Amino acid sequence: MAGEDERHLRERLNKLRGLPLLRGTRLSGETERLQAQLDRIEGEPTDDEIWRSVDLARHTERPYTLDYVERLFEDFVELHGDRARAEDPALVTGLARFGGRTVALIGQQKGRDLTERQRRNFGMAHPEGYRKGMRLMEVASRHGFPVVTFLDSPGAYPGVAAEQHGQGGAIARSQALMARLTVPLVSCIIGEGNSGGAIAIGLVDRVLMQENAIYSVISPEGCAAILWRDDSEKVKAALALKPDAAHCLELGVIDEIVPEPQGGAHLNHEESARLLGAALGRTLDELSAVPGAELREQRRERYRRLGIYTARSAETALRSGS
Amino acid sequence: MAEPRIDVSIEHKHRPEENSDGAKKHPNTCPSCGSHYRNDELEANLRVCPQCGHHFRVRARERIAQLVDTGTFREEAVDLRSEDPLAFFDLRPYTERLAEAEVTTGLGDAMVIGGAVIENEACQLAVMDFAFMGGSMGSVVGEKLTRAADSAIERRVPLVAITASGGARMQEGILSLMQLPKTVCAIEDLRDARCGFIVVMTHPTTAGVLASFASLGDIIVSEPGALLAFTGPRVVQQTTREKLPDDFGLAESNLRFGHLDGILQRSELRPFLGRTLRLFSNGR
Repeated sequence: MAGEDERHLRERLNKLRGLPLLRGTRLSGETERLQAQLDRIEGEPTDDEIWRSVDLARHTERPYTLDYVERLFEDFVELHGDRARAEDPALVTGLARFGGRTVALIGQQKGRDLTERQRRNFGMAHPEGYRKGMRLMEVASRHGFPVVTFLDSPGAYPGVAAEQHGQGGAIARSQALMARLTVPLVSCIIGEGNSGGAIAIGLVDRVLMQENAIYSVISPEGCAAILWRDDSEKVKAALALKPDAAHCLELGVIDEIVPEPQGGAHLNHEESARLLGAALGRTLDELSAVPGAELREQRRERYRRLGIYTARSAETALRSGS
Repeated sequence: MAEPRIDVSIEHKHRPEENSDGAKKHPNTCPSCGSHYRNDELEANLRVCPQCGHHFRVRARERIAQLVDTGTFREEAVDLRSEDPLAFFDLRPYTERLAEAEVTTGLGDAMVIGGAVIENEACQLAVMDFAFMGGSMGSVVGEKLTRAADSAIERRVPLVAITASGGARMQEGILSLMQLPKTVCAIEDLRDARCGFIVVMTHPTTAGVLASFASLGDIIVSEPGALLAFTGPRVVQQTTREKLPDDFGLAESNLRFGHLDGILQRSELRPFLGRTLRLFSNGR
């Protein structure tokens, strides 16, 4: 359908462009309007582009949290354990220097080879991981360090122990703490940001999302299993969920799309890190200029605005529904 | 001569849920002990099985009637309706599912909010209804919970939330995930205003709702046998192949692991809310 619209608009645009210019400004206004419409249609990601994002976001050669830490930060000191029960390697936390300031890092870390993947539980955190993250946030809050989080996980771990140790409550309380902090908070979505596992460390002042990352309420496989009752329908599910960066930006869920090297971040880790670092540096500079109480107020206001709904009477609703 | 009998077994993807004996049980038949009741019998007993104590699901308006002092509920934000920002289409369009849910439940979305009085104590209520698309949280539920918190702050009364939800509403994509931080921010504002927050988790309270405002109550209680889990037993079993404990994710297990303040029989809820509301109002 987009193709048909696009052809139609192009024809009209070409006709207008072909007319002599002496008809004046009204006409040029019309051309601009059509051009803008055309840009919008072209800007809308196609089905292929959405699925390509899903593929690239989960590419096994894609840079992970620690690849960026290594390239962007100095004096990194990793900190371990939630001080209550366990150490969760699915979530990496630590302090480091970035652009002349100390920052607290919290990042989901998948493993590169099978051994590391198993050790890190494929980047799926237990409640202990989120509690370790909260410990870091408290350290950051005490010392005025900005918090930078890296989102890249299939989701919070769905296991018996995770449930027994309070997965839902840990995700809720981690968000609640982020809603209280008065230091700058920035999230970078560097791969797949899925579900509660992502938002647990994603309630922030600014969300930077890489060009080929995805951000979704549920993985395409999970959505297909529930709504289609068939997880092989993951492509359909992904297209319906629209988890790509362009759609997230349009919906106001993220603030900036960070470009990746030609062909995807996995092809050039150095260049990906440089591009992400530039955006992160700029964002932290902007946020550092805002007083803490104001940051927190704006942060809550930002999330309070998210949602699309309408107000109408029950009678109208019933009529339009029938 | 006996009628010739032909057994036909057709497997299809979208078969409605059935019991092991293949028959679809009547909603007023107790799934636990098999006793059957007239609707008025169940209603009079707060939809708890008089035989075995099984707690049936309660619709939002009936729940409100069970809990509040007669005639005190003033509904708010009645006219909020979901939009379809993604033009979502799975097996059916989202707009069609919404229209159907509205017709069958008589509700605008999966949450009803408003001011009320319980045992002479003023409060703000936010009650979820599982019958509306599995109590899923989309933009309207997020907005209603937020408005309920704001009303509580404005009226300086505690907020009471009764949850029943399968989680975030997938048909609203990433915007439904954003209702988690949105409701969390609303509750943080409620906390800053020093208003109490009491949560009653009912069957089921899972995923996105458990992982946001529901887990932030000053007091959290539940009903017997309610499933309260971030991930439900079926998915945990499929993903991990672990052997699940018999009480996996149930209120009783949550109480044992320290995630709940108590499990109350349905008949105890109203006096319990009255007592806690008095504590929060502190003689005001």
